[in-house]
Parts: sequence; structure tokens; C-alpha cells
Amino acid sequence: MSSLRSITLATLTKDIRLEWRSRDAINSMLFFSLLVVVIFSFSFDPNAEESREIAGGLIWVAFLFAAVVALNQTWARELRNQVLDAYRVSPAPANALFVAKALGNFILVSLLEAVMAPLFMIFYNLRVLGPSWQLIPVAILGTWALVVNGTFFAAMSLRTRSREIMLPLLLFPISIPAVQSMVEATRIILAGDGSARFWIVLLLTYDVVFTTACLALFGTILQAE
Amino acid sequence: MTDLVIVTNEMQRILRSGKLRPDSECCNFPTPVTDAAPIITVSNLIKQFGRFAALRGVTAEFDAGKFHVILGDNGAGKTTLLRALAGLAHPTRGTISILGKNPQDACREVGYMAHPSLLYDEMSGLENLRYFARLYDIAGDGRCEQVIRSVRLDPELARPVGQYSQGMRQRMSLARAILHDPTILLLDEPFSNVDVHSAREMVVLLKGMRYAGKTIFVVTHQASLLEGVADEFVWMRDGQIVDRTSTLTPDRAGTQ
Repeated sequence: MSSLRSITLATLTKDIRLEWRSRDAINSMLFFSLLVVVIFSFSFDPNAEESREIAGGLIWVAFLFAAVVALNQTWARELRNQVLDAYRVSPAPANALFVAKALGNFILVSLLEAVMAPLFMIFYNLRVLGPSWQLIPVAILGTWALVVNGTFFAAMSLRTRSREIMLPLLLFPISIPAVQSMVEATRIILAGDGSARFWIVLLLTYDVVFTTACLALFGTILQAE
Repeated sequence: MTDLVIVTNEMQRILRSGKLRPDSECCNFPTPVTDAAPIITVSNLIKQFGRFAALRGVTAEFDAGKFHVILGDNGAGKTTLLRALAGLAHPTRGTISILGKNPQDACREVGYMAHPSLLYDEMSGLENLRYFARLYDIAGDGRCEQVIRSVRLDPELARPVGQYSQGMRQRMSLARAILHDPTILLLDEPFSNVDVHSAREMVVLLKGMRYAGKTIFVVTHQASLLEGVADEFVWMRDGQIVDRTSTLTPDRAGTQ
């Protein structure tokens, strides 16, 4: 267990260091989501009430697309110089690599959300009418739902010829229940339209099921040729 | 480990003297005492990629403590055999036994150096080794610095690996492969894209490792560099081992 923890930590630290030096993923994600927010705000020009209805969908779709950029980058750097082979020939557990990558992506997407959410509120003139604290579990569980499956499917499509296309094709359909839960929960909280508890529990269940499935299957994916 | 340190010091003395001729007396280490029992047994190994068979029924035993050079034309199956021994290519049929275990279970005993560097270009050599050391539960920087010095590089070098010369990168890649002090070294084209001087330096390093008791496999197209150093030349063609010789026979060497 200590080995799993220390290797996870070492891999996470290494990934953050590499991202800090290259800033490949974070710059692309920020630029992409900023574009989405600005273009949508000019295209729709909604009033405050309409904004509350559509904002949940817009913001999560923007984060989902932006996350795909980070997910592709996180594995692409393991392909350069075939560094992944050095991990595969080592006795390090496969799950340590998976957890580190998922946590790294979680940190990146959370950073993006922390920067973009206030901008989104300003551009769409939003005010939270429901219990705003519920946005925190929605953001945490929703982000984890995106990155855990995304990290898994990005690894799965790693050796395919057109992995940039393959990842959304695999990820988006399986993320539908999670995206629907995030969007509905966010809409309910923003509009003060009752309790988002049901959707939060659904998100939690989704996260538990898919995290378990990904951990169980990642070893096979890593050792596949 | 002590043996390796002594040999490293001896190698550094030789390299400093400027006499870099692995076939000359200056680099002749005392003959190592080796255990002649097979350390690797390959039985009817077949590896297919789709309909193409890269290995077609390879059966062989390799002795411990020996320096094996695997030779053959492009597409002969040399790299696939090495990857299968490293546990990176799973046999379609047949078995591999390394110290009585399958390659995945024997990973602590095996050091693998591939044609690409298997290093992160954005990090320095020491940062790279520090990370890979964690994968083998090696704590602290001591061992990392020791192996970097043993391949004649400076652990203090802060430059990222992406800015290294090809020769330095190959040596750092070798340092990564020997980091966990493996019994068996699998080296895929360690001399490719390096100048003659750097290649000879690497030969001296490998000779020292062989003296320290390592079993070494080198896939190369520059077999002449290893003449007088290697114990065995394994000749491959069309996914099979066709001959095993103790010397580099001139007629075959010409084909390399």
C-alpha cells in the first residue's frame, strides 16, 4: 500500500512538473473554454432567467470539451521516447499510474473551473438562487466523473492511429448519465428549483461504479500491445 | 554492488587514459567467474503481429554471466525477441523462463534499454532517474548519482535530457536500465546514432558490467565493436535463431 501511495505521489509530482514546464494542456484548455464562454455569450445574449436555464449545460459542455485536450496531452507525453515502456517493465503497480494520471487531470480541470466559473457568472449575469454550497459537491463529483473515464479511455485509445478522434467517440456516450446529472444539478441550484440531492447521489454512484471498473481494467489496458 | 563500483573505477581510469580500444589489452578485465547454468530459457516462442510472424518458434537457452550479441538483418526478429524477454511483447505461443519465472515476475532482475531513450526530454537526467528509482522502491539520490557517474555523466547537470547529445542520451538511458542493479541487461541498439568514440566508451562500460557478473544481451548492427568482448554471437533470420557462434565469423560479419 505504501508503495502504491509513494509511486502515485511520485508520478503525480512528475506530471505536474512536466505540465508546469511545458504548459501544454493548461494553456489549450483555458484558451478553448474562454472562447466557448465568449462566443456563446455573444451568440445567445440571454436574459437572467434564460441564463439560469442554459448555463448548467453550457458550462459543463465547455469543461467536457476542454478536459479532452488535457486528457490527450497527459498520455501523449508518455508516448514520446516510449517512456511508458519504462513503466511497463518496472514492478510498479498499474493502478498507481492510473490514479496519478486521474488525479493530475482532476487538478488541471479543477484549476480551469476555478478560473472559468467566475468569468461565466459575469458573462451570463448569473446569481445563484438555490443553496450555493451544493455546487461544490457537484463540481468535485462531476469533474471526477469526467477525468476518471477520460483518463481510462485516453489510455485505451493511446495506440490507435487517430486517438484525438477516438477519445471523444469513446468518452462522450459513456459520460451522458454523468453530464445529465451535472447539468440538472447545476440548473436546479442556479434557479433555486428545489433540491439537487438526487442528482448528486446519482453522480456519486456513477463515480464509484466507473472508478472501480477503471481500476479493475487498467492493468490489462497498460500491458496491451 | 562492490564489484560494480570497483569495475566502474577501473573503467574510469582506462577512459581517462584515452586508450579506448575495447579489443586491446588496456581494457582486458580479469576473466569473470560465471555460473554456466541457463538463466533464460526460451521454448518454441512464436510472436505474431496480425498475420505476420515476427518470431517463428525460437528455442534457446542462454547462460548466466555471459555477453550475448544478437545479430541479423532488419526484420529478423531481434528487437521482438528482446521485447519478449523484457515482458513487453506477449508470446502468441511458447514460453519464456527467466530465473524460473515469467518475464513479468522477473522484472526486478531485468534492465531494459530500448532504441528510444525511455526518458522524459523535459527533465534533467537526475530528475528522470529519481522518478524511475521510486518505481523500484529505491529511496534517496545516492544510487541515482552513483549510476549517472558510472556511465560517465555528471549528476549535477541541470540541462533537460532533450538538450543532451545522442551519446549522452544513450548513456543516460543505460543508467536508467542499470538503476535497480539488475542481473540481466537487455540492450537494443545501444550504439546507434553515436560516434565511434562514444560507442567505444559504451563497450568499455558494458565490458565492466559483464565482469561484474551481469548477463548482457545486445542487439546491434555494429557487431565488430563487440568482437573480443562478447562470449556469444546469436544469429537470427526470418524470426528464428539460425546459428550461435563464439566468434564473429568474417563472412557473416560482412552482412551486418
